[in-house]
Amino acid sequence: MALKRKIRELQQRREQVLKGGGDKAIEKQISMGKLTARERIIFLLDEDSFNEYDLFVEHEARDFDMDKKVLHGDGVVIGTGTIYGAPICIFAQDFTVAGGSLGLMHSRKITKIMDHALKMRMPLIGINDSGGARIQEGVNSLAGYGEIFFRNTLASGVIPQISVILGPCAGGAVYSPALTDFVFVVDKISKMFITGPEVIKTVLGEEISMEDLGGAKVHSEITGNAHFYAESEAKCFEQIKELITYIPWNNSRKAKVFKSKDPKKEYKIENIVPDNPKLPYDVRNVIKAVTDDSGFLEVHERWAGNIVVGFGRMEGQTIGFVANQPIVLAGVLDIDSSDKAGRFIRYCDAFNIPIVTLVDLPGYLPGVDQEHAGVIRHGAKILYAYSEATVPKITVILRKAYGGGYIAMNSRHLRADFVFAWPGAEIAVMGPEGAANIIFRREIMGSDDPEKVRKQKVKEYKNKFANPYVAASKGYIDSVIEPQETRKLLLHAIGVSQNKSSAGPKKKHGIPPF
Amino acid sequence: MKKWKKKETESKSKFKTLIIDETHYKTNLISKFENRKKYIVPDAKKVISVIPGTIVKIFVKEGQKVKRGDNIIILEAMKMQNRIKSPRPGVVKIIKVKEGEKIAKGVLMLELE
Repeated sequence: MALKRKIRELQQRREQVLKGGGDKAIEKQISMGKLTARERIIFLLDEDSFNEYDLFVEHEARDFDMDKKVLHGDGVVIGTGTIYGAPICIFAQDFTVAGGSLGLMHSRKITKIMDHALKMRMPLIGINDSGGARIQEGVNSLAGYGEIFFRNTLASGVIPQISVILGPCAGGAVYSPALTDFVFVVDKISKMFITGPEVIKTVLGEEISMEDLGGAKVHSEITGNAHFYAESEAKCFEQIKELITYIPWNNSRKAKVFKSKDPKKEYKIENIVPDNPKLPYDVRNVIKAVTDDSGFLEVHERWAGNIVVGFGRMEGQTIGFVANQPIVLAGVLDIDSSDKAGRFIRYCDAFNIPIVTLVDLPGYLPGVDQEHAGVIRHGAKILYAYSEATVPKITVILRKAYGGGYIAMNSRHLRADFVFAWPGAEIAVMGPEGAANIIFRREIMGSDDPEKVRKQKVKEYKNKFANPYVAASKGYIDSVIEPQETRKLLLHAIGVSQNKSSAGPKKKHGIPPF
Repeated sequence: MKKWKKKETESKSKFKTLIIDETHYKTNLISKFENRKKYIVPDAKKVISVIPGTIVKIFVKEGQKVKRGDNIIILEAMKMQNRIKSPRPGVVKIIKVKEGEKIAKGVLMLELE
């Protein structure tokens, strides 16, 4: 009888805590178009897979009458579960409890589940919905953030870390997502900034709304802080689940292998790329023409569109794709695109995902703004990332590959394992127009009809150098291939690269240009 | 083949041009590129705010002679009082700000003759 009573007590205690901040606060959360912390976890994880821990944790704060306040679970929910069978550690801040504010015990719950994720080598998902530091707890809440950042860094490149911004995430709190691999935002719900509109107004006199300062669109289109944008929480959860299928549980494993499927017939690889190198096309169609079932999960879809990065599968194996996008800024490399690709390459390298690079670019973007904003050091990121990566690296030059852009896009010289080129590939220091004008300047200027001579010289240069055979004659390209052969050759190249071993010199770590 | 040709001409009209190394590429431009700040050659006669803040004090009057390095304005920004000094000798031609005024970054505060 006594046990029964104790079980009833447990049930009552649970019931009370599971109400979070109470009916009123939950109502408010719903009115903001948001789900509650536990609803979010249940939506995201496999059915009945979630187990919550630290349900009965309470804060220890005494100042400012905090000792009289009960905060259920101290404003955060932690636990383990699965997504499509993959084990997941998860925490979700509960905005209904003291605005999800982060105090000492709140942060201890988060670091507990982080430690668990690292120890068990399983992915960590953090759902952020918090007003920020719990000011009443003073330096203890700052200590809490610091402990989280340290663990984010420790786990970086060991286990996948995913941040989901489903509410405010302001001040120091933003740095935990910034240290993780992928950040998901939802329109009208996510808000991220270091200093909010009020501070900006008092200090600088500038007026701006929260949405315009750090809303989902800002971070997915302008800053690049967010990797995935969704219109609703439900769609966001679908994106996260899809991503989980593409990545391994940790850095000592490979991603799950699915059943191979042919690309969809509507993607005819030979019809996508126009012959004229000045004309654009959507390179995503080339990716879809080689991936299983034409699947492609794009990362940073809305930011730095001049380069496309994301995951696809080939014969069921996850492949990271990096491709210049001629339909945006002619596919040039610039600060943002180098940053975007460099980071993605390092992700793939850390998690044993082979990289396929599709090249079609005129070079780096010229401009004072680019130079002054540091395109030299930012542009170096992509060089560093490719050179450093030891996963299988395969390059297909689709059309033009000019100048520094040719080198940067996983060329043989940065240790690509295989370099293929389509027959229309042009590998040269620059496009024929620019090159002819420099090489034949005197002849052009000295002639009676400069325009005619210029055209003739451009044509001469084009015939001689605008092809893949000069580079092939030096062995910089392994094979010149027909577009239709691309998937077959990529599969072959990936297949024979399975046991790749290419250890560099021993070092603590390099000094990448960040 | 014919179908493809048609597509090419269509795309020619829809896209914008980006010139790299004298080659004209047809492509879409992004807002960040189109809204990039045009470079302006700095004019040593113009004293421009390098940080947003509040004008706490103005030491000079229009028509006044200044030496290089003379204090001309105190601009308080991030709780720090920044002494703005004259970049060159000259006469104050026009003062564009008032004491107590909050200004943004890149604002012309004062011009020398």
